[in-house]
Amino acid sequence: MKIAIASGKGGTGKTLVATNLFYTFQRMGLSVSLVDCDVEGPNALNFFQLHKVKVISVKEYCPKFDLQQCIYCGRCADYCDYNAIFIIPNQSQLHLLSHLCHGCGACAVACNNGAIEDSEIEVGIVSLFSTTMEREKAFLVEGRINEGEHSATPVIKAAINQGDSLNTDFLILDSPPGVSCPFIQTVAKTDYVVLVTEPTPFGLSDLRQAVETLKHLHKPFGVIINRVGLGNHDVYDYLEKEHIALLAEIPFDKKVAHLYSEGNLLVTSQPIMSKYFESISKKIIKNGNSSC
Amino acid sequence: MEIAVVSGKGGTGKSSISAALVSLTNHSIAVDCDVDAANMYLLFQPKIEKEFKFISGKYALIDQDKCIQCGKCKSLCRFDAISIHEGQIEVDTVLCEGCSLCSRICPVKAICMKPIDQSRMYIGSFRYGRMVYGRLFPGEENSGKFVSVIRQHAHRLAEEEGFPNIILDGPPGIGCPVISTLTGADKAVIVTEPSLSGLSDMKRVINVARNFIDSIYVIINKYDLNVEMSEKIKLYCLQSSIPVVAELPFDKRVVEAMVAGRTIIESYPDSLVATRLMEVYRIIFEA
Repeated sequence: MKIAIASGKGGTGKTLVATNLFYTFQRMGLSVSLVDCDVEGPNALNFFQLHKVKVISVKEYCPKFDLQQCIYCGRCADYCDYNAIFIIPNQSQLHLLSHLCHGCGACAVACNNGAIEDSEIEVGIVSLFSTTMEREKAFLVEGRINEGEHSATPVIKAAINQGDSLNTDFLILDSPPGVSCPFIQTVAKTDYVVLVTEPTPFGLSDLRQAVETLKHLHKPFGVIINRVGLGNHDVYDYLEKEHIALLAEIPFDKKVAHLYSEGNLLVTSQPIMSKYFESISKKIIKNGNSSC
Repeated sequence: MEIAVVSGKGGTGKSSISAALVSLTNHSIAVDCDVDAANMYLLFQPKIEKEFKFISGKYALIDQDKCIQCGKCKSLCRFDAISIHEGQIEVDTVLCEGCSLCSRICPVKAICMKPIDQSRMYIGSFRYGRMVYGRLFPGEENSGKFVSVIRQHAHRLAEEEGFPNIILDGPPGIGCPVISTLTGADKAVIVTEPSLSGLSDMKRVINVARNFIDSIYVIINKYDLNVEMSEKIKLYCLQSSIPVVAELPFDKRVVEAMVAGRTIIESYPDSLVATRLMEVYRIIFEA
Protein backbone atom coordinates (compact mmCIF):
# COMPACT_ATOMS: atom_id res chain seq x y z
CA MET A 1 0.00 0.00 0.00
CA LYS A 2 1.25 3.43 -0.95
CA ILE A 3 0.35 6.35 1.31
CA ALA A 4 1.21 9.99 0.55
CA ILE A 5 1.47 12.64 3.27
CA ALA A 6 0.67 15.94 1.60
CA SER A 7 -0.73 19.45 2.11
CA GLY A 8 -1.42 22.50 -0.01
CA LYS A 9 0.29 24.83 2.41
CA GLY A 10 3.94 24.42 3.33
CA GLY A 11 5.08 23.93 6.90
CA THR A 12 1.89 22.35 8.21
CA GLY A 13 3.64 19.26 9.54
CA LYS A 14 3.92 16.79 6.65
CA THR A 15 7.40 15.65 7.60
CA LEU A 16 6.41 15.49 11.27
CA VAL A 17 3.56 13.12 10.40
CA ALA A 18 5.50 11.11 7.80
CA THR A 19 8.54 10.46 10.01
CA ASN A 20 6.47 9.54 13.06
CA LEU A 21 4.28 7.21 10.99
CA PHE A 22 7.39 5.60 9.48
CA TYR A 23 8.75 4.84 12.94
CA THR A 24 5.37 3.67 14.22
CA PHE A 25 4.83 1.28 11.29
CA GLN A 26 8.24 -0.26 12.02
CA ARG A 27 7.48 -0.60 15.70
CA MET A 28 4.23 -2.33 14.80
CA GLY A 29 6.34 -4.90 12.95
CA LEU A 30 5.23 -3.83 9.48
CA SER A 31 7.47 -3.83 6.44
CA VAL A 32 7.71 -0.17 5.45
CA SER A 33 9.84 2.36 3.62
CA LEU A 34 9.72 6.15 3.56
CA VAL A 35 10.36 8.17 0.41
CA ASP A 36 11.16 11.86 0.90
CA CYS A 37 9.64 13.40 -2.23
CA ASP A 38 10.12 16.98 -1.03
CA VAL A 39 13.17 17.13 -3.26
CA GLU A 40 13.54 20.92 -3.05
CA GLY A 41 13.92 20.74 0.72
CA PRO A 42 14.24 17.12 1.92
CA ASN A 43 14.31 16.90 5.71
CA ALA A 44 13.08 13.46 6.76
CA LEU A 45 16.64 12.22 7.16
CA ASN A 46 17.17 14.57 10.12
CA PHE A 47 15.01 12.32 12.27
CA PHE A 48 16.84 9.00 11.90
CA GLN A 49 20.26 7.46 12.41
CA LEU A 50 20.72 5.44 9.25
CA HIS A 51 23.47 4.20 7.04
CA LYS A 52 23.77 5.00 3.40
CA VAL A 53 23.38 2.07 1.03
CA LYS A 54 23.77 3.81 -2.30
CA VAL A 55 23.43 7.05 -4.23
CA ILE A 56 21.95 7.25 -7.71
CA SER A 57 22.45 10.19 -10.01
CA VAL A 58 19.23 11.39 -11.66
CA LYS A 59 19.87 12.43 -15.22
CA GLU A 60 17.70 14.24 -17.68
CA TYR A 61 17.96 14.10 -21.40
CA CYS A 62 19.47 17.23 -22.88
CA PRO A 63 20.32 17.82 -26.54
CA LYS A 64 23.92 18.36 -27.57
CA PHE A 65 24.54 20.32 -30.76
CA ASP A 66 27.29 19.49 -33.22
CA LEU A 67 27.77 22.91 -34.82
CA GLN A 68 30.02 21.43 -37.54
CA GLN A 69 27.00 19.57 -38.89
CA CYS A 70 24.44 22.33 -38.23
CA ILE A 71 23.16 24.28 -41.25
CA TYR A 72 21.11 26.69 -39.08
CA CYS A 73 17.91 25.78 -40.88
CA GLY A 74 15.86 26.43 -37.73
CA ARG A 75 13.83 23.22 -37.85
CA CYS A 76 14.86 22.30 -34.29
CA ALA A 77 13.71 25.69 -32.99
CA ASP A 78 10.38 25.27 -34.82
CA TYR A 79 9.87 21.87 -33.21
CA CYS A 80 10.75 23.15 -29.73
CA ASP A 81 7.50 24.08 -28.00
CA TYR A 82 9.32 25.46 -24.97
CA ASN A 83 11.27 28.12 -26.91
CA ALA A 84 14.47 26.67 -25.53
CA ILE A 85 16.42 26.98 -28.79
CA PHE A 86 17.51 30.42 -29.86
CA ILE A 87 18.82 30.61 -33.38
CA ILE A 88 19.98 33.42 -35.66
CA PRO A 89 20.37 31.74 -39.08
CA ASN A 90 22.28 34.44 -40.97
CA GLN A 91 24.78 34.85 -38.15
CA SER A 92 25.26 31.12 -37.69
CA GLN A 93 24.33 31.34 -34.05
CA LEU A 94 22.53 28.78 -31.96
CA HIS A 95 21.98 28.74 -28.21
CA LEU A 96 20.22 26.25 -25.97
CA LEU A 97 18.41 27.91 -23.06
CA SER A 98 18.76 24.86 -20.87
CA HIS A 99 16.44 26.06 -18.11
CA LEU A 100 13.56 26.07 -20.63
CA CYS A 101 14.41 22.64 -22.09
CA HIS A 102 12.14 19.80 -20.95
CA GLY A 103 14.26 17.13 -22.61
CA CYS A 104 11.47 16.02 -24.95
CA GLY A 105 13.84 15.22 -27.81
CA ALA A 106 11.70 16.92 -30.46
CA CYS A 107 14.71 18.89 -31.75
CA ALA A 108 16.67 15.71 -32.44
CA VAL A 109 13.72 14.30 -34.40
CA ALA A 110 13.44 17.58 -36.32
CA CYS A 111 17.09 17.76 -37.35
CA ASN A 112 17.81 16.30 -40.81
CA ASN A 113 21.57 16.76 -40.57
CA GLY A 114 22.46 14.62 -37.59
CA ALA A 115 23.62 17.71 -35.71
CA ILE A 116 21.81 16.88 -32.48
CA GLU A 117 22.99 14.09 -30.24
CA ASP A 118 21.56 12.76 -27.02
CA SER A 119 23.35 13.73 -23.87
CA GLU A 120 22.42 13.86 -20.24
CA ILE A 121 22.81 16.25 -17.36
CA GLU A 122 22.49 15.48 -13.69
CA VAL A 123 19.48 17.23 -12.13
CA GLY A 124 19.59 15.64 -8.72
CA ILE A 125 20.38 12.57 -6.65
CA VAL A 126 18.44 9.80 -4.96
CA SER A 127 20.00 8.29 -1.85
CA LEU A 128 19.00 5.03 -0.22
CA PHE A 129 19.45 4.51 3.51
CA SER A 130 18.65 1.45 5.58
CA THR A 131 17.71 0.86 9.17
CA THR A 132 17.60 -2.37 11.11
CA MET A 133 16.09 -0.72 14.14
CA GLU A 134 13.30 -3.28 14.56
CA ARG A 135 12.71 -6.81 13.35
CA GLU A 136 11.93 -5.84 9.79
CA LYS A 137 14.41 -4.01 7.67
CA ALA A 138 13.17 -0.56 6.66
CA PHE A 139 14.50 1.90 4.12
CA LEU A 140 14.49 5.61 3.66
CA VAL A 141 14.82 7.01 0.13
CA GLU A 142 15.70 10.67 -0.24
CA GLY A 143 15.34 12.63 -3.47
CA ARG A 144 17.23 15.93 -3.71
CA ILE A 145 17.38 18.30 -6.67
CA ASN A 146 20.64 20.06 -7.35
CA GLU A 147 20.61 23.72 -6.35
CA GLY A 148 19.74 25.86 -9.36
CA GLU A 149 17.76 23.13 -11.11
CA HIS A 150 14.24 24.08 -12.07
CA SER A 151 12.24 20.93 -12.33
CA ALA A 152 11.56 18.67 -9.36
CA THR A 153 9.50 16.03 -11.11
CA PRO A 154 12.26 13.83 -12.63
CA VAL A 155 13.88 13.48 -9.21
CA ILE A 156 10.55 12.70 -7.54
CA LYS A 157 9.87 10.07 -10.19
CA ALA A 158 13.29 8.48 -9.65
CA ALA A 159 12.88 8.48 -5.85
CA ILE A 160 9.47 6.79 -6.06
CA ASN A 161 10.82 4.20 -8.51
CA GLN A 162 13.60 3.44 -6.05
CA GLY A 163 10.98 3.12 -3.28
CA ASP A 164 8.90 0.75 -5.41
CA SER A 165 11.87 -1.50 -6.09
CA LEU A 166 12.33 -2.11 -2.35
CA ASN A 167 9.14 -4.18 -2.30
CA THR A 168 8.17 -3.34 1.26
CA ASP A 169 4.47 -3.85 2.11
CA PHE A 170 3.98 -0.16 2.86
CA LEU A 171 5.47 2.88 1.21
CA ILE A 172 5.03 6.28 2.87
CA LEU A 173 5.66 9.26 0.58
CA ASP A 174 6.47 12.64 2.15
CA SER A 175 5.12 15.05 -0.49
CA PRO A 176 6.33 18.52 -1.43
CA PRO A 177 3.87 21.36 -0.67
CA GLY A 178 1.52 22.88 -3.23
CA VAL A 179 -0.92 21.36 -5.68
CA SER A 180 0.99 21.57 -8.96
CA CYS A 181 3.24 19.09 -10.77
CA PRO A 182 5.53 17.97 -7.90
CA PHE A 183 2.48 17.18 -5.73
CA ILE A 184 0.66 15.40 -8.58
CA GLN A 185 3.74 13.34 -9.36
CA THR A 186 3.87 12.22 -5.72
CA VAL A 187 0.21 11.35 -5.18
CA ALA A 188 -0.54 10.00 -8.69
CA LYS A 189 0.02 6.33 -7.93
CA THR A 190 -0.84 6.20 -4.23
CA ASP A 191 -3.72 4.30 -2.63
CA TYR A 192 -4.46 6.85 0.05
CA VAL A 193 -3.50 10.45 0.81
CA VAL A 194 -3.21 12.04 4.24
CA LEU A 195 -3.55 15.83 4.08
CA VAL A 196 -1.98 17.74 6.95
CA THR A 197 -3.38 21.19 7.69
CA GLU A 198 -3.54 23.77 10.46
CA PRO A 199 -6.67 25.49 11.78
CA THR A 200 -5.91 28.93 10.33
CA PRO A 201 -7.37 30.85 7.36
CA PHE A 202 -4.20 30.15 5.33
CA GLY A 203 -4.32 26.48 6.24
CA LEU A 204 -7.97 26.18 5.25
CA SER A 205 -7.56 28.01 1.95
CA ASP A 206 -4.71 25.71 0.90
CA LEU A 207 -6.51 22.61 2.19
CA ARG A 208 -9.45 23.42 -0.08
CA GLN A 209 -7.11 23.56 -3.07
CA ALA A 210 -5.57 20.20 -2.16
CA VAL A 211 -9.01 18.63 -1.61
CA GLU A 212 -10.25 19.87 -5.01
CA THR A 213 -7.15 18.41 -6.65
CA LEU A 214 -7.54 15.01 -4.99
CA LYS A 215 -11.22 14.87 -5.90
CA HIS A 216 -10.25 15.64 -9.48
CA LEU A 217 -7.79 12.72 -9.35
CA HIS A 218 -10.37 10.44 -7.61
CA LYS A 219 -8.00 9.77 -4.73
CA PRO A 220 -9.30 8.71 -1.33
CA PHE A 221 -7.97 10.90 1.47
CA GLY A 222 -8.31 11.96 5.09
CA VAL A 223 -7.11 14.98 7.08
CA ILE A 224 -4.87 15.48 10.09
CA ILE A 225 -5.13 18.86 11.82
CA ASN A 226 -1.86 19.99 13.36
CA ARG A 227 -1.32 22.85 15.84
CA VAL A 228 -4.80 22.48 17.28
CA GLY A 229 -5.46 25.40 19.62
CA LEU A 230 -4.23 28.10 17.24
CA GLY A 231 -6.57 29.86 14.84
CA ASN A 232 -10.28 29.17 14.63
CA HIS A 233 -12.93 26.52 14.03
CA ASP A 234 -13.48 27.01 10.29
CA VAL A 235 -11.41 23.98 9.24
CA TYR A 236 -13.62 21.70 11.34
CA ASP A 237 -16.79 23.20 9.83
CA TYR A 238 -15.37 22.67 6.37
CA LEU A 239 -14.48 19.00 7.01
CA GLU A 240 -17.92 18.34 8.41
CA LYS A 241 -19.70 20.03 5.55
CA GLU A 242 -17.64 18.17 2.95
CA HIS A 243 -17.86 14.83 4.82
CA ILE A 244 -14.09 14.49 4.95
CA ALA A 245 -12.56 12.05 7.43
CA LEU A 246 -10.69 13.70 10.30
CA LEU A 247 -7.93 11.19 11.07
CA ALA A 248 -6.20 12.93 13.96
CA GLU A 249 -5.54 16.16 15.81
CA ILE A 250 -2.09 17.13 17.03
CA PRO A 251 -2.18 19.89 19.63
CA PHE A 252 -0.10 23.04 19.34
CA ASP A 253 2.61 22.71 21.93
CA LYS A 254 5.92 24.56 22.11
CA LYS A 255 7.49 21.30 23.33
CA VAL A 256 6.40 19.55 20.12
CA ALA A 257 7.87 22.40 18.07
CA HIS A 258 11.12 22.17 20.02
CA LEU A 259 11.41 18.38 19.64
CA TYR A 260 10.78 18.67 15.92
CA SER A 261 13.25 21.51 15.50
CA GLU A 262 16.09 19.33 16.78
CA GLY A 263 15.24 16.30 14.68
CA ASN A 264 13.50 14.28 17.41
CA LEU A 265 10.47 12.09 16.86
CA LEU A 266 7.36 12.72 18.93
CA VAL A 267 6.68 9.02 19.30
CA THR A 268 10.03 8.29 20.94
CA SER A 269 9.87 11.33 23.21
CA GLN A 270 6.27 11.25 24.41
CA PRO A 271 4.63 7.89 25.34
CA ILE A 272 1.14 9.29 24.77
CA MET A 273 2.07 10.23 21.21
CA SER A 274 3.44 6.75 20.60
CA LYS A 275 -0.03 5.27 21.36
CA TYR A 276 -1.76 7.99 19.40
CA PHE A 277 0.32 7.41 16.26
CA GLU A 278 -0.37 3.69 16.52
CA SER A 279 -4.10 4.39 16.36
CA ILE A 280 -3.58 6.86 13.48
CA SER A 281 -1.57 4.21 11.61
CA LYS A 282 -4.34 1.64 12.03
CA LYS A 283 -6.92 4.13 10.81
CA ILE A 284 -4.86 5.00 7.73
CA ILE A 285 -4.27 1.34 6.86
CA LYS A 286 -7.96 0.57 7.30
CA ASN A 287 -9.04 3.52 5.12
CA GLY A 288 -6.39 2.68 2.54
CA ASN A 289 -7.51 -0.95 2.41
CA SER A 290 -11.17 -0.14 1.99
CA SER A 291 -10.41 2.09 -0.96
CA CYS A 292 -7.98 -0.26 -2.74
CA MET B 1 12.03 48.68 -5.56
CA GLU B 2 11.01 45.08 -5.96
CA ILE B 3 11.44 42.82 -2.92
CA ALA B 4 11.09 39.03 -3.07
CA VAL B 5 10.15 37.21 0.14
CA VAL B 6 11.13 33.52 -0.01
CA SER B 7 12.00 30.78 2.47
CA GLY B 8 13.04 27.37 1.21
CA LYS B 9 10.95 25.66 3.87
CA GLY B 10 7.21 26.21 3.75
CA GLY B 11 5.13 27.65 6.56
CA THR B 12 7.84 29.85 8.03
CA GLY B 13 5.68 32.97 7.78
CA LYS B 14 6.39 34.40 4.31
CA SER B 15 2.84 35.59 3.65
CA SER B 16 2.29 37.14 7.07
CA ILE B 17 5.63 38.96 6.83
CA SER B 18 5.13 40.05 3.19
CA ALA B 19 1.70 41.41 4.10
CA ALA B 20 3.13 43.24 7.10
CA LEU B 21 5.78 44.86 4.87
CA VAL B 22 3.04 45.88 2.42
CA SER B 23 1.11 47.60 5.20
CA LEU B 24 4.28 49.39 6.32
CA THR B 25 4.94 50.79 2.84
CA ASN B 26 1.38 52.12 2.84
CA HIS B 27 1.42 52.33 -0.93
CA SER B 28 2.60 49.44 -3.07
CA ILE B 29 1.81 46.58 -5.36
CA ALA B 30 1.36 43.31 -3.52
CA VAL B 31 2.09 40.24 -5.63
CA ASP B 32 1.35 36.69 -4.55
CA CYS B 33 3.83 34.47 -6.41
CA ASP B 34 2.76 31.32 -4.58
CA VAL B 35 0.35 30.36 -7.35
CA ASP B 36 -0.22 26.86 -5.90
CA ALA B 37 -1.35 28.15 -2.56
CA ALA B 38 -2.05 31.88 -2.74
CA ASN B 39 -2.93 33.29 0.69
CA MET B 40 -2.17 37.00 0.80
CA TYR B 41 -5.56 37.85 -0.72
CA LEU B 42 -7.14 36.57 2.52
CA LEU B 43 -5.58 39.47 4.41
CA PHE B 44 -6.15 42.11 1.76
CA GLN B 45 -9.51 41.07 0.26
CA PRO B 46 -8.80 42.86 -3.03
CA LYS B 47 -11.69 44.05 -5.15
CA ILE B 48 -11.02 42.19 -8.39
CA GLU B 49 -11.02 44.45 -11.43
CA LYS B 50 -9.50 42.27 -14.11
CA GLU B 51 -9.29 38.56 -14.68
CA PHE B 52 -7.02 36.84 -17.23
CA LYS B 53 -6.68 33.28 -18.44
CA PHE B 54 -3.28 31.67 -18.17
CA ILE B 55 -2.46 28.91 -20.63
CA SER B 56 -0.30 26.69 -18.47
CA GLY B 57 0.42 24.09 -21.12
CA LYS B 58 -1.06 21.60 -23.52
CA TYR B 59 -1.79 17.92 -23.63
CA ALA B 60 -2.05 15.41 -26.46
CA LEU B 61 -5.46 14.13 -27.47
CA ILE B 62 -5.78 11.07 -29.72
CA ASP B 63 -8.52 10.79 -32.33
CA GLN B 64 -9.19 7.05 -32.05
CA ASP B 65 -11.05 7.01 -35.38
CA LYS B 66 -7.93 8.15 -37.22
CA CYS B 67 -5.33 6.27 -35.14
CA ILE B 68 -3.77 3.23 -36.82
CA GLN B 69 -1.93 2.07 -33.66
CA CYS B 70 1.46 2.24 -35.35
CA GLY B 71 3.09 3.12 -32.01
CA LYS B 72 5.45 5.74 -33.44
CA CYS B 73 4.24 8.31 -30.89
CA LYS B 74 4.78 5.87 -28.04
CA SER B 75 8.35 5.09 -29.10
CA LEU B 76 9.33 8.76 -29.31
CA CYS B 77 7.65 10.04 -26.14
CA ARG B 78 10.35 10.71 -23.55
CA PHE B 79 7.86 11.17 -20.74
CA ASP B 80 6.37 7.65 -20.91
CA ALA B 81 3.01 9.34 -21.29
CA ILE B 82 1.78 7.16 -24.15
CA SER B 83 0.77 3.53 -23.67
CA ILE B 84 -1.17 0.89 -25.53
CA HIS B 85 -4.15 -0.39 -23.62
CA GLU B 86 -6.35 -3.09 -25.13
CA GLY B 87 -5.17 -2.21 -28.61
CA GLN B 88 -5.78 1.52 -28.16
CA ILE B 89 -3.18 4.26 -27.87
CA GLU B 90 -3.73 6.22 -24.66
CA VAL B 91 -2.21 9.39 -23.25
CA ASP B 92 -1.60 9.81 -19.53
CA THR B 93 -2.34 13.51 -19.09
CA VAL B 94 -0.46 13.61 -15.77
CA LEU B 95 2.75 12.47 -17.45
CA CYS B 96 2.26 14.38 -20.73
CA GLU B 97 4.40 17.53 -20.77
CA GLY B 98 2.81 18.96 -23.90
CA CYS B 99 5.90 18.96 -26.14
CA SER B 100 3.76 18.27 -29.26
CA LEU B 101 6.31 15.85 -30.72
CA CYS B 102 3.71 13.05 -31.03
CA SER B 103 1.29 15.30 -32.87
CA ARG B 104 4.03 16.44 -35.27
CA ILE B 105 5.22 12.97 -36.21
CA CYS B 106 1.89 11.10 -36.34
CA PRO B 107 1.69 9.74 -39.91
CA VAL B 108 -2.12 9.97 -39.97
CA LYS B 109 -2.46 13.24 -38.03
CA ALA B 110 -4.52 11.60 -35.33
CA ILE B 111 -3.09 13.66 -32.47
CA CYS B 112 -3.98 17.23 -31.64
CA MET B 113 -2.75 19.36 -28.75
CA LYS B 114 -5.36 20.81 -26.40
CA PRO B 115 -4.57 23.93 -24.38
CA ILE B 116 -4.87 23.77 -20.60
CA ASP B 117 -6.39 27.12 -19.71
CA GLN B 118 -8.16 26.85 -16.39
CA SER B 119 -5.65 28.86 -14.36
CA ARG B 120 -6.57 32.48 -13.67
CA MET B 121 -4.73 35.68 -12.91
CA TYR B 122 -6.36 38.57 -11.06
CA ILE B 123 -5.66 42.26 -10.67
CA GLY B 124 -7.48 44.14 -7.96
CA SER B 125 -7.40 47.08 -5.58
CA PHE B 126 -7.08 46.97 -1.83
CA ARG B 127 -6.42 49.33 1.03
CA TYR B 128 -2.74 49.95 0.22
CA GLY B 129 -2.70 49.87 -3.54
CA ARG B 130 -2.99 47.17 -6.13
CA MET B 131 -2.69 43.45 -5.88
CA VAL B 132 -1.76 40.93 -8.56
CA TYR B 133 -2.14 37.23 -7.92
CA GLY B 134 -2.77 33.97 -9.66
CA ARG B 135 -4.47 30.70 -9.05
CA LEU B 136 -2.94 27.75 -10.76
CA PHE B 137 -5.71 25.30 -11.49
CA PRO B 138 -5.08 22.22 -9.33
CA GLY B 139 -2.67 19.84 -11.01
CA GLU B 140 -1.53 22.22 -13.73
CA GLU B 141 2.12 22.83 -14.37
CA ASN B 142 4.37 25.64 -15.47
CA SER B 143 4.07 27.62 -12.28
CA GLY B 144 7.42 29.28 -13.06
CA LYS B 145 6.07 30.77 -16.27
CA PHE B 146 2.91 31.81 -14.46
CA VAL B 147 4.99 33.69 -11.87
CA SER B 148 6.85 35.58 -14.64
CA VAL B 149 3.56 36.55 -16.30
CA ILE B 150 2.17 37.80 -12.98
CA ARG B 151 5.31 39.83 -12.34
CA GLN B 152 5.18 41.36 -15.83
CA HIS B 153 1.68 42.62 -15.07
CA ALA B 154 2.85 44.01 -11.74
CA HIS B 155 5.72 45.86 -13.45
CA ARG B 156 3.36 47.38 -16.00
CA LEU B 157 0.99 48.53 -13.27
CA ALA B 158 3.84 50.01 -11.24
CA GLU B 159 4.98 51.99 -14.24
CA GLU B 160 1.55 53.16 -15.36
CA GLU B 161 0.29 54.12 -11.93
CA GLY B 162 3.54 55.25 -10.34
CA PHE B 163 3.91 52.74 -7.53
CA PRO B 164 7.43 52.87 -6.06
CA ASN B 165 7.39 49.41 -4.48
CA ILE B 166 6.50 45.87 -5.46
CA ILE B 167 6.45 43.16 -2.79
CA LEU B 168 6.53 39.55 -3.93
CA ASP B 169 5.22 36.86 -1.59
CA GLY B 170 7.13 33.85 -2.89
CA PRO B 171 6.46 30.13 -2.97
CA PRO B 172 8.37 27.61 -0.82
CA GLY B 173 11.19 25.44 -2.21
CA ILE B 174 14.07 26.23 -4.54
CA GLY B 175 12.68 25.14 -7.91
CA CYS B 176 11.12 26.74 -10.93
CA PRO B 177 8.58 29.18 -9.36
CA VAL B 178 11.14 30.31 -6.75
CA ILE B 179 13.72 31.04 -9.43
CA SER B 180 11.05 32.98 -11.36
CA THR B 181 10.26 34.98 -8.22
CA LEU B 182 13.91 35.86 -7.60
CA THR B 183 15.05 36.64 -11.14
CA GLY B 184 15.41 40.40 -11.56
CA ALA B 185 14.14 41.37 -8.09
CA ASP B 186 16.19 44.04 -6.28
CA LYS B 187 16.35 42.45 -2.85
CA ALA B 188 15.49 39.11 -1.30
CA VAL B 189 14.19 38.53 2.21
CA ILE B 190 14.56 34.93 3.38
CA VAL B 191 12.23 33.93 6.19
CA THR B 192 13.40 30.95 8.20
CA GLU B 193 12.56 29.25 11.47
CA PRO B 194 14.85 27.76 14.12
CA SER B 195 14.78 24.07 13.21
CA LEU B 196 17.12 21.68 11.40
CA SER B 197 14.72 21.78 8.46
CA GLY B 198 14.55 25.57 8.52
CA LEU B 199 18.36 25.81 8.55
CA SER B 200 19.02 23.30 5.78
CA ASP B 201 16.30 24.72 3.52
CA MET B 202 17.58 28.25 4.15
CA LYS B 203 21.09 27.24 3.08
CA ARG B 204 19.71 25.85 -0.17
CA VAL B 205 17.62 28.91 -0.97
CA ILE B 206 20.52 31.27 -0.14
CA ASN B 207 22.70 29.40 -2.65
CA VAL B 208 20.03 29.74 -5.31
CA ALA B 209 19.21 33.39 -4.49
CA ARG B 210 22.89 34.38 -4.69
CA ASN B 211 22.86 33.66 -8.43
CA PHE B 212 20.24 36.34 -8.95
CA ILE B 213 20.40 38.92 -6.18
CA ASP B 214 23.15 40.76 -4.29
CA SER B 215 21.11 42.13 -1.39
CA ILE B 216 19.87 39.22 0.69
CA TYR B 217 18.47 39.53 4.21
CA VAL B 218 17.35 36.88 6.67
CA ILE B 219 14.49 37.04 9.18
CA ILE B 220 14.34 34.31 11.84
CA ASN B 221 10.68 33.87 12.65
CA LYS B 222 9.52 32.27 15.93
CA TYR B 223 13.18 32.43 17.02
CA ASP B 224 12.33 31.67 20.64
CA LEU B 225 10.93 28.21 19.83
CA ASN B 226 14.56 27.09 19.80
CA VAL B 227 17.04 29.76 20.79
CA GLU B 228 20.10 27.53 20.28
CA MET B 229 19.03 26.72 16.76
CA SER B 230 18.50 30.45 16.12
CA GLU B 231 22.10 31.02 17.22
CA LYS B 232 23.26 28.39 14.70
CA ILE B 233 21.32 30.14 11.94
CA LYS B 234 22.84 33.48 12.93
CA LEU B 235 26.32 31.98 12.91
CA TYR B 236 25.78 30.52 9.45
CA CYS B 237 24.50 33.88 8.17
CA LEU B 238 27.44 35.70 9.74
CA GLN B 239 29.89 33.36 8.03
CA SER B 240 28.04 33.85 4.76
CA SER B 241 27.97 37.66 5.15
CA ILE B 242 24.18 37.77 5.08
CA PRO B 243 22.58 40.16 7.59
CA VAL B 244 19.97 38.77 9.97
CA VAL B 245 17.65 41.77 10.11
CA ALA B 246 15.18 40.48 12.67
CA GLU B 247 14.47 37.76 15.16
CA LEU B 248 10.73 37.64 15.64
CA PRO B 249 9.30 35.94 18.73
CA PHE B 250 6.51 33.40 18.49
CA ASP B 251 3.29 35.32 19.09
CA LYS B 252 -0.21 33.85 18.82
CA ARG B 253 -1.47 37.31 17.90
CA VAL B 254 0.03 36.88 14.41
CA VAL B 255 -2.54 34.10 13.87
CA GLU B 256 -5.25 36.14 15.60
CA ALA B 257 -4.59 39.01 13.20
CA MET B 258 -4.75 36.55 10.29
CA VAL B 259 -8.12 35.24 11.50
CA ALA B 260 -9.35 38.85 11.59
CA GLY B 261 -8.10 39.40 8.02
CA ARG B 262 -5.45 41.90 9.06
CA THR B 263 -1.69 42.15 9.32
CA ILE B 264 0.14 42.16 12.66
CA ILE B 265 1.06 45.81 11.99
CA GLU B 266 -2.61 46.74 11.72
CA SER B 267 -3.89 44.66 14.63
CA TYR B 268 -1.06 44.89 17.15
CA PRO B 269 1.25 47.76 16.18
CA ASP B 270 2.83 47.79 19.64
CA SER B 271 3.76 44.10 19.68
CA LEU B 272 7.41 43.12 19.53
CA VAL B 273 6.82 41.39 16.18
CA ALA B 274 5.41 44.62 14.72
CA THR B 275 8.13 46.89 16.09
CA ARG B 276 10.87 44.58 14.83
CA LEU B 277 9.24 44.46 11.40
CA MET B 278 9.21 48.27 11.36
CA GLU B 279 12.96 48.10 11.86
CA VAL B 280 13.22 45.60 8.98
CA TYR B 281 11.23 47.99 6.84
CA ARG B 282 13.65 50.81 7.60
CA ILE B 283 16.70 48.69 6.82
CA ILE B 284 15.35 47.30 3.57
CA PHE B 285 13.48 50.24 2.10
CA GLU B 286 15.44 53.16 3.39
CA ALA B 287 18.98 51.81 3.15
